[in-house]
Amino acid sequence: MAWNCLPAVDVTGSGRPVLLPDEIECYYLSSVDLLCEEDSYSSFPHLKSGLLILTTHRLLWLSDSAAAGAGSAYAIPLGAISHIFSAKKSLKAMFASPRVRFQLSMSADGRVDASGSGSVSRSVVVTIVVRGKGDVDAFLAKFWESWRGRAWEVQSAPSSSSGPGATANSGGIYGSDGTVRMVGVAGILRKEQEQWESTDRSLQEAFHDLNALMSKAKEMVMLAEKMRQKLLSGSNSQTNAGDEEMGSKEEMQDWLLSVGIISPVTKESAGALYHQQLSRQLADFVKIPLERAGGIINLIDVYCLFNRARGTELISPDDLLQACSLWEKFDVPVVLRKFDSGVMVIQNKSHSDEQVFAKIKILATKPEALRAGISASDAAMTLGVAPAMAKEHLLSAESKGLLCRDVSPDGFRFYINLFPEIDLHDMRLLKDHGVYASWVKAIHVPG
Amino acid sequence: MQKLGEFKLPQFFNYPPYFTLQPVKETREKQVQLWKELILDYCRTQKIFIIGLEEEFPLFSNPVIERSLSHEGREAFLSALVSEGRAEWMDKGHRKCLILWHRIQDWADIILQYVKDNGLEDSVVTIEEIRSGTESQGTELYGIDRTILNRALKLLEQKGKLVIFKGTSADDEGVKFSV
Repeated sequence: MAWNCLPAVDVTGSGRPVLLPDEIECYYLSSVDLLCEEDSYSSFPHLKSGLLILTTHRLLWLSDSAAAGAGSAYAIPLGAISHIFSAKKSLKAMFASPRVRFQLSMSADGRVDASGSGSVSRSVVVTIVVRGKGDVDAFLAKFWESWRGRAWEVQSAPSSSSGPGATANSGGIYGSDGTVRMVGVAGILRKEQEQWESTDRSLQEAFHDLNALMSKAKEMVMLAEKMRQKLLSGSNSQTNAGDEEMGSKEEMQDWLLSVGIISPVTKESAGALYHQQLSRQLADFVKIPLERAGGIINLIDVYCLFNRARGTELISPDDLLQACSLWEKFDVPVVLRKFDSGVMVIQNKSHSDEQVFAKIKILATKPEALRAGISASDAAMTLGVAPAMAKEHLLSAESKGLLCRDVSPDGFRFYINLFPEIDLHDMRLLKDHGVYASWVKAIHVPG
Repeated sequence: MQKLGEFKLPQFFNYPPYFTLQPVKETREKQVQLWKELILDYCRTQKIFIIGLEEEFPLFSNPVIERSLSHEGREAFLSALVSEGRAEWMDKGHRKCLILWHRIQDWADIILQYVKDNGLEDSVVTIEEIRSGTESQGTELYGIDRTILNRALKLLEQKGKLVIFKGTSADDEGVKFSV
């Protein structure tokens, strides 16, 4: 296939699609095929058994090998979809893999037209075949919602003023330093403009929320009505036996519960995918803080940073841990590491303890350190890490036999390990070279 | 070089980690060995037979670097000696430890040598004489711990080299050699 009609999607190092600014992922389905019903339309790629991600802007399809960086990833802009067919209820459909069909507009040159307007030359029908587990009805509902939401139109308005390049870079937590620098009067003016825009946007969002609340309110009113009637009927038949009342109470509790949980089925069925995606996202996210922290970072720090970046959609410590432990299965450049003391850190795969140990060795063999040992804070300054982290490094250097400890009323200090150098058969023997000799020299200098 | 009386201390006696029980296996093994050697060496030269864990023992603290060995450390190093047969606990509570810089068998050999050197084959001597008599002066037997001496003599008795006579008091217990 020389070319195909779908735009390709960039994939991050850990196999997550690069999202557009303001684009939010809404739903995941695994083991999904995308088929074009017109076989003759050869420019539609052959998409078998991949991960389908519904976002507010696009349908993203990632092949399983895309995670490894080798496969392919394609996007279908929701704007190009002209119709979503409702699910067919037939006996045959019950046994086959669930399908969702939609109509896709193509521009004159045979590409998928994102704008969805103007030169529509033809349209094709695309079928989503869900081979894996997943709630297709919930997906369909979300699909409709996103398609109708037209988020891509809302977003395009403010971005036109600040330039497409700038917004593309500052999308979500992937943003590095894509923001326009503020210099001089132009900078002040731009800042003013941005402030004005953001107020405008937050006002819009507020009304959005209001809309959402109103639509929910409708459901709530219905539910309340239902409960009221149930209670009424209950009071009418008060003479009835107690067990029926119990039954109605149970039912009411069920309703009350269902108000609290947003979509329990979805969470259950997408549970595995959730952690997988979280894991990949975390791997992408952790790169910059990791660099800043010198290749190794405390898990607790990552938890704070990650949740701060997520803003409202906070994750639990448990989810974070699970996401980190999934890294073993993916080809990501970071690993979770547990020190003997139980402290957990995230570190680069390329991070080598040898380098750290070499630095510690240099520090511990300085005359002052030979005499008085080193503390965690000494090591922290040399290594440029937090004292707690430095202590972990010292402890692992100790377990490698590089250092040994001195616990005294003065505190907990580490010394270069001299034990291996001491001759067991002649305890008073002193070689004129080696660390032992320089240690003896060092302790005799002051007098 | 630092000294304890006449005893020359090794350099590493001023190494603070020497006084902290090392948690890492390999380091600790070496540390234990060094302590065992030092304790035996010190006891042999200073003729010390018993170390009380709760009493002052010069090796167990170093005022120069202000370090001293914890009770746990003392017990660990002495236990290592015990497991090698170079020491014995004298009570269940591990408060007193008998140091055997010569094993009992070696002590028995020393006694036999002493008997030969002094022509005491077939003679009778009191146990006290072996410890503090003029013949034993200058030998390792001079001032030997009573417990160790009795153990060595018992070993020799089992081998038929001597017979122990019970006296009226501990002072006039005697042995008849029949080497």
